[in-house]
Amino acid sequence: MTPLLEARRLVRAFGTRRAVNDVSFGIAAGEALALFGPNGAGKTTLLRLLAGLLKPNSGAAAIADATLPAPHARARVGLISHRTMLYDTLTARENVRFAAHLHGVPEADASTQRALELLRVADRADVPVRALSRGLQQRVAIARAIVHGPDVLLADEPYTGLDEQGASALTGLLLERRRAGAALVVVTHALSEGLAVASHAAVMRGGSFVRLEPTQGLDVARYAAEYRELFA
Amino acid sequence: MTAPTPARRIDWLMVAAVALMTAAFVRAIYFTPPDRLQGMAQKIFYVHLPSAWVAFLAFGLTAIAGGVWLFIKDPRLDRFAESSAEVGVIFTTGVLISGPLWGKPIWGAWWVWDARLTLTLFLWFLYLGYLVLRGAVDDREARARYSAVVGILGALLIPFIHLSVYLFRTQHPTPIVANPTGIQMPAVMITTLFLALGAFTVLYMALVRQRMALAAERDALLDASTAES
Amino acid sequence: MSRPPGLLGAAWLIARKDLAIEFRSRSAFLSALVLSLLSLVIFYFAWDPTAVAAVDVAPGILWVTFTFSGLLGLHRSFGVEAQERAMDALLVAPVAREAIFLGKALANFAFVLGVQAVALPALALFYNLPLSVVLGPLALAMLLAAIGLTCVGTLFAGITSNTRMAELLLPVLALPFFVPIVLPAAQVTAKLLAGRPLDESLGWFRILLAFDLVFLYACMLTFPFTLED
Repeated sequence: MTPLLEARRLVRAFGTRRAVNDVSFGIAAGEALALFGPNGAGKTTLLRLLAGLLKPNSGAAAIADATLPAPHARARVGLISHRTMLYDTLTARENVRFAAHLHGVPEADASTQRALELLRVADRADVPVRALSRGLQQRVAIARAIVHGPDVLLADEPYTGLDEQGASALTGLLLERRRAGAALVVVTHALSEGLAVASHAAVMRGGSFVRLEPTQGLDVARYAAEYRELFA
Repeated sequence: MTAPTPARRIDWLMVAAVALMTAAFVRAIYFTPPDRLQGMAQKIFYVHLPSAWVAFLAFGLTAIAGGVWLFIKDPRLDRFAESSAEVGVIFTTGVLISGPLWGKPIWGAWWVWDARLTLTLFLWFLYLGYLVLRGAVDDREARARYSAVVGILGALLIPFIHLSVYLFRTQHPTPIVANPTGIQMPAVMITTLFLALGAFTVLYMALVRQRMALAAERDALLDASTAES
Repeated sequence: MSRPPGLLGAAWLIARKDLAIEFRSRSAFLSALVLSLLSLVIFYFAWDPTAVAAVDVAPGILWVTFTFSGLLGLHRSFGVEAQERAMDALLVAPVAREAIFLGKALANFAFVLGVQAVALPALALFYNLPLSVVLGPLALAMLLAAIGLTCVGTLFAGITSNTRMAELLLPVLALPFFVPIVLPAAQVTAKLLAGRPLDESLGWFRILLAFDLVFLYACMLTFPFTLED
């Protein structure tokens, strides 16, 4: 299967330190990559390269035939982070509609309503975001990220601050996005959540992938034990 | 961890700078006749004008180095910009001190908003803003980025300050008894002036080079300590 | 399929969003209003009307007030993006970096115009100035000055939002750049209030216009370089 999201020998350095050191992988539509690793391994830098927020020093990241960070490639990306990236004095609807307008989504109001309904926050849509709980804010943030129907969804520690209910809602949502044909990359510390969502799992250390494999048939407990051993 | 630096090698550029400066001063004081109208006070001109030359040259080079850095990201360019700015602000301060010192006996007042001195005052503000900005940013790459942009915009600003002050002076002229820089200069004075200009320029180069070496050491130390952690 | 907006369309969207946020809380705008009105009052009580006529003291007061209250609104321009890292969402969106600058500058421009719209009548009221006669050219000078102030102020607000001492650093960086705006504007104001013919102010208008053109482009083009990439 031709990959929808592809990284080809990505390198990104800050000064003399290589945060991402020759990383390559491909994710097809409907697949998801869970990215694990300790702090400072380069996961966030890799995600920012895939989102078009950073330019690589060498190598390239591409979505189908569009090379990042060109605008027409960025248009196909939805970004979720542990920070909501919302304007908290505006309402949920205003935040999502702003994103829809920025992406040039036709019939922005209708698309906004659909996204809010999909995330089950439509009933609180006209309240300032800061009046919402952390879990609801995260859902609004995801609605904002998907309102333009991105092919690629990038999530950096999306489970941060979510309670059990919020976490299972998020997992359900990410799986639904996969079924809709999106390609996902999810960076997380939560091994079990990550493995539940993903079709592939990678472990990153010192800027490189030290493990990369499909999740099918993986034993979570053994994976966790091997992971702990890697960083003992 | 690098080995400690060996016994200090002689900085020949600095030696040359000091020698030239000494020669220029000696020539200015002992071997150049004083001005007919202004007398010995005019001698400060041989410090004032070369300082101004270096002050503006240093800023221009800082701006250019920053501009080139934006495209090729070589850290040496940013270190040069930083060093040139730190050396330049010293020379600018020199202009702002020597100007009034010269002006008081000639104009009768310490500060008369003379067009060139006013422009130099703004250059001083630009330098200070640039250096304060550099001090307020810890991340090396961000610091270089911001400094480069501020340097370029500052260089763009200078002609506008000049225009504004010039137009202001045209509409609000103050009577000045004698124009300090309007002296007819015989050849012997011109030679002294060029010697002073050359000496100051070499001093600038020597100071910048030393400052750049310090910056390189600091950066290397920082890189080493982050690599260890 | 989605068609992202062009440069001006995206700028307009971002400006509208910024103004919506400001309108929600209004705190920055009200602070700037109160500051400018209070300044006018303080200057009034610091003025000896028997020594200096109102038309002579008013231009300086007006433009000092505008400059500092304009600075107040700039800081929050990028503050809203830093809070929850909303800037990242803006940068991932398929809009040009220049549009982000233009949009924020537009919002700041509206902010400054809003303050001017209140402060100018207040000045006329407090100092008993006959402004209606010269309102046209005065409004033009204020408009041109507002453009220059917001272009430079927006760019520096973007830079300083990521630094320590951001609220202090912004004036230190920006004020030298405000001088070629405020000086011509104040001179025009003085001439208009003194009843001088309009063509005496032409030189100043030309400087204002040239500044606006040069710095609008320079700030827009250098803004992307201030972003990490």
